Amino acid sequence: MGKREVDDRFKKFGTVSFTSITKVNDFVTKLEEGKVSGTCCKGCGKKYFPPRADCAECLSREMDWFDVEGKGILRTYSKLEFAPIGFEADLPYSIALLDYGDYKVFGRLDSSIPDDEVKVGMEMTTATNVLSNGQLNYIFKKA
Amino acid sequence: MGKVGVIGVGQSSFVRGYPGSIKELAFEGFSDALKDAQIKTTDIKASVVCSSPEYDKQRSAAGVMAEYLGMTPQPTFYVETLCSSSSTGVKLAYALIESGLHDVVAVVGFQKMSEISSAESQERMGRGADIQWESPFGTMMPAYYAMYAQGHMAKYGTTPDDLALIRVKSATYGQINEKAVYRKPVTFEMFHDPKSPMSNPVASPLRVGDCCANADGSSCIILGNEEMTKRFAKKPVWIRGIGAASTTVNLAGRDVFSGLTAGELAGAEAYKMAGITPQHINVAEVHDCFTIAEMMAYENLGFAKPGEGKDLIKSKETYKEGSIPVNVDGGLLSKGHPIGATGGSQMRTIVLQLRGEAGEMQVKDPEFGLVHNIGGVGLYGNVTIFGR
Ligand SMILES: [Zn+2]
Repeated sequence: MGKREVDDRFKKFGTVSFTSITKVNDFVTKLEEGKVSGTCCKGCGKKYFPPRADCAECLSREMDWFDVEGKGILRTYSKLEFAPIGFEADLPYSIALLDYGDYKVFGRLDSSIPDDEVKVGMEMTTATNVLSNGQLNYIFKKA
Repeated sequence: MGKVGVIGVGQSSFVRGYPGSIKELAFEGFSDALKDAQIKTTDIKASVVCSSPEYDKQRSAAGVMAEYLGMTPQPTFYVETLCSSSSTGVKLAYALIESGLHDVVAVVGFQKMSEISSAESQERMGRGADIQWESPFGTMMPAYYAMYAQGHMAKYGTTPDDLALIRVKSATYGQINEKAVYRKPVTFEMFHDPKSPMSNPVASPLRVGDCCANADGSSCIILGNEEMTKRFAKKPVWIRGIGAASTTVNLAGRDVFSGLTAGELAGAEAYKMAGITPQHINVAEVHDCFTIAEMMAYENLGFAKPGEGKDLIKSKETYKEGSIPVNVDGGLLSKGHPIGATGGSQMRTIVLQLRGEAGEMQVKDPEFGLVHNIGGVGLYGNVTIFGR
């Protein structure tokens, strides 16, 4: 019996990935291509970030991908001095939320931005990022 | 619909590293409630057991608790909504009684946070969010609440010093609550003293002093229908309103970062059911896992207008002698936060207050008391209003 092929691309997402199998695994391939992407329902047009395989509005399972582009507004953030197991090497780092109007994106701030330049309400962009352990995520940069 | 009342309340002391099993821990709160109620286990027709199973080694805890507490062969149910598990348990018990299925129901909440090693606990902390989309960024509970603190500060000009005042208040009452885990004073100056651990940053803008005390503990609330409450309770206290709501786990799905909408919705539902307004509440227990959580609760529950929670604490209106005493048992900040037991402990405090049995913590002649209990980062909101 041949070994069944498992699509576990999602294990590449984040400093520590806690799950590897999802119907939106293309998200990781797109990250590798330098794109941060959400899904848009073909049935009703609703935009989802983070991406979903299923539309809770109209129950459609037909989705298109769209790229997170342009500027978002920093709604809030926090700089961590302690980290969960597996994230210690990233310290200190800031988690944050960017508002794009139609959808919001949760992620990390670009660690090269000085603390005193981070302000709620500032414009930022979302960019893919390769972590020191080779994993992938995305970060928010000053617009 | 008939009324649902409180027959008995109990809790264990909240402690660090409880020297016994989860069953022995739960027995402490349960036996305390039975003594308070002066009833026998055979008078209880069903049990609801509440905990956050990520901290339990025991699978399906309801069964082992029903056995150890002597409540077999009655049916038992297991309920979990993280930190608000026992409030949700009370809502289930309320429904079981109102439906006529059972006339007396015990809600047993427990958590032995020290059941797992600190390494295991650290690992679980990293999985507190949506593990697919947010945990991979390295999120933790204090950092999420810190994001709300940042949001509140940006919108309303609240300061870290305003939040420190909330901790100073809770420590004032933790010192006089013999069940509290943290019984030492916390001063405003400690937040500015680099030598005090209270001033150490955890996740900006929150400091160690803004975070609740970890503890093992158990609680028990015994509820009955109108007939049984009148038969057993010396001083009946009734559930007047009960509300619950949820919101998205992912912060990306939310719109408000200066308050917890699930708590606000649960409060509105409970006020409506009770037919009262926030001004009628004489004493409250709110979910203060972090100081910012209490600040947001003031506003979400209508004790202060949005953005004016800071004025309430600055003017000491939430102290025992103020217009709306809040967490005068030390709250989660000083009394401690054994997840599954927390809601039941908050309810015990309010019931004792309404009976006039709260001792040194007693506020003057309260008629209505409110319990606000949140699970996760505002994920599950629960508000229960009690009245004499
Ligand atoms: Zn749709």
